[in-house]
Amino acid sequence: MPSNAAGREIPSKIAGLDLVKPFEGAFVNTPLVRKQKGSRTLPRLNKLMESLEQAILNSELKDGMTISFHHHLRNGDMVLNMVMDVIANLGIKNLTVASSSLTTAHEPLIRHIKNGVVTRLVTSGLRDKLADEISHGLMDIPVMFHSHGGRARMIESGEMKIDVAFLGVPSCDVYGNANGYSGPSACGSLGYAMVDAVHASKVILVTDNLVEYPNTPFSIHQDQVDSIVQVDQIGDPEGISAGALRMTRNPRDILIAQYATHVIEHSGYMEDGFSLQTGSGSISLAVTNFLRDVMIRKKYTASFALGGITGSIVGLHEEGLIKRLLDVQSFDMEAIRSIAENRYHTEIDASYYANPHNKGCATNKINVVILSAMEIDTSFNVNVLTGSDGVIRGASGGHSDTAIGSGISIIVAPLFRGRTATVVDRVQTIITPGETVDVLVTDHGVAVNPKRQDIYDRLKTKHLPIYTIEQLQKKAEKVTGRPEPVKFEKRVVGVVEYRDGTILDVIHQVKD
Amino acid sequence: MKLRRTMLYVPGNNPNMVKDAHIYRSDSVMFDLEDSVSVNEKDSARFLIFQALRCIDYENTETVVRINGLNTPFGADDVEAMVRARPHVIRLPKTETAEDIRQVDSLISKVEKKAGIEEGSIKLFAAIENARGVVNAYQIALSSPRLVGIAFGAEDFVTNLNTQRSKEGLELFTARQEILMASRAAGLHAIDTVFADVNDDEGFRREVELIKSMGFDGKSVINPRQVSIVHEIYTPTFEQIHSARKILRAIEKAEREGSGVAAVDGRMIDKPIVERARRTLELAQLSGIYLDEIEEEESDAQ
Repeated sequence: MPSNAAGREIPSKIAGLDLVKPFEGAFVNTPLVRKQKGSRTLPRLNKLMESLEQAILNSELKDGMTISFHHHLRNGDMVLNMVMDVIANLGIKNLTVASSSLTTAHEPLIRHIKNGVVTRLVTSGLRDKLADEISHGLMDIPVMFHSHGGRARMIESGEMKIDVAFLGVPSCDVYGNANGYSGPSACGSLGYAMVDAVHASKVILVTDNLVEYPNTPFSIHQDQVDSIVQVDQIGDPEGISAGALRMTRNPRDILIAQYATHVIEHSGYMEDGFSLQTGSGSISLAVTNFLRDVMIRKKYTASFALGGITGSIVGLHEEGLIKRLLDVQSFDMEAIRSIAENRYHTEIDASYYANPHNKGCATNKINVVILSAMEIDTSFNVNVLTGSDGVIRGASGGHSDTAIGSGISIIVAPLFRGRTATVVDRVQTIITPGETVDVLVTDHGVAVNPKRQDIYDRLKTKHLPIYTIEQLQKKAEKVTGRPEPVKFEKRVVGVVEYRDGTILDVIHQVKD
Repeated sequence: MKLRRTMLYVPGNNPNMVKDAHIYRSDSVMFDLEDSVSVNEKDSARFLIFQALRCIDYENTETVVRINGLNTPFGADDVEAMVRARPHVIRLPKTETAEDIRQVDSLISKVEKKAGIEEGSIKLFAAIENARGVVNAYQIALSSPRLVGIAFGAEDFVTNLNTQRSKEGLELFTARQEILMASRAAGLHAIDTVFADVNDDEGFRREVELIKSMGFDGKSVINPRQVSIVHEIYTPTFEQIHSARKILRAIEKAEREGSGVAAVDGRMIDKPIVERARRTLELAQLSGIYLDEIEEEESDAQ
């Protein structure tokens, strides 16, 4: 009978065990511990790397792999560009970049696409020059657009395998406990990054704020993290969050917000204990303010608010009007302050928020959601991705996730923007299917989806300017006329994946 | 009874505002060709407003055009174009005498005839904006059968008086009274001047309460956000409606029983009280209050 490393005799067969693995010594199979008790200079006491380059080399990133990022640093993000520059210098090519979204800050990706470093993009949205170039045929492989819930689903299901996740974190200790609400680049919730941290094969944290161990409370856990790189700055605070989102003075926005508030009040979905998601647009913020008045008048409190959390929502919570906040993304300084201080302002990850195929996502529990639209058509399909010129300039976000999950989904938008109509015959790109959209509120009137006769019946006696959506479309067309259709090439530059993984629409290259 | 609680200024050279000025539900929208349009844009603004009035459905909102005075190079052309565009009302600025109105009236008649429009169909509003106009207010009020109202313009008026506007508005008191008296005596509407500080909601509210209690039918407003404030102040309260209904029920009962007198809560009901009650209910109805709902609330309360 052989002896194991501790000198004990271990039979080679033991009933009930398929395979007997004799002890080989305490350090042999646990590589991440001190090899010698008492030594203070051993390699895995911390996971700090000298440089991004070293971290990337250690991660064994190779041509053709998938790397991921998050967009919590929004327009202030410096991490993606920093990482891509190092990767390009290392000569690695043909990568898929899966960032939870791409913003104005990510224009340098154009260069990496042209050089063959990046050949695929998977994202919620695209903006400005990068979006424009892609619409004009920059990439050979179409960009895959997903919703926030759809991204979590494709990662959790293994449909998209992330080889290396590069996650910018506003605070982090040497072992990888990280959060988003402290430090000079604070962004609040790290909800989108949390999914990547759990599922990516390798996780590299990039921080500008190394703090004492253990960095509690943490959003990304030490057991998920391979290495950490300290840099001077991960984000520009100006671009990370709006200072304080102010209540609009624009009469048109206020008018739409008043109609929307009236719709919510009489929709049957506003009652004591209801829940809501209102977003960060100026109309949404005004609705939040007006809802406050209704809640006080009717003595209602909301059980929770979900989603992108703003200072206005935090204000209602602190006033006792909303009991709990579930926060996947913190939009402004107030929200960032609150998530740091308040245990009932809870950080949630993108799967908890909206993954349609997990065992229960928060969007399913929402009563009322306010959403925007670039275009909405007479079948209530909504476009938040491509402009009236066919060029990509937006993001799918949680639009389709909350529209289907909510009891009542309300689209707020002016009937015209400049000289183009918002309500059209056929939207350029479908992001949210009309069958999940319940009410459209414009400055010229309200339209209820005929599928929601129940809502129509409740609203029809409430002195709102109610029209059919066809009537609103005609009203708009009477002023704007019928624009020439945008001309497209045959080539597909973008694919819109619905949250369940099916293909909802495609985006063609615009003709010059 | 026609409501003119709010007349919303819309610069005549701003297509974005012109295209849907009615969505804020002011009782009237007033497209301005005068002071908000610079000299080099006079013709393009006139063209824009002509097309807007011909093409856009302003629904139930009264359309008013403020033309340039006939003593300017633009006034006569404004009348030529605007009569054909057929707004409900043409508003003459800086009216000083009855003759000013008679001149516009006869020019409108000429164009109506040429264009085959029913004569007299376009109404007139006079804006009084200086001391001379205030002194002549009653003559102005009687000057034309087209005239439906007089508006007070305080900005030019205080300059003319060598003073400026104060929060209390004492400097406007006489002019407001004169214009109101002249309008009432001639059976016209009287509309108060604009309140320029669009960020001072409280000051605005105080001024609207003041002019309402003086008897004005409404106010010119320069920002859509001011519309709902005026309407709120002019709309009868639930208590006022309730008490008006009580008065009318009592008087109906008295008439049915052949009794000449009625009393509510120990107070004699006489003719002016009944008239005021009727006016309250009419105003409530026109303000968009649904009396059937009030009735429901009343029966719920009982």
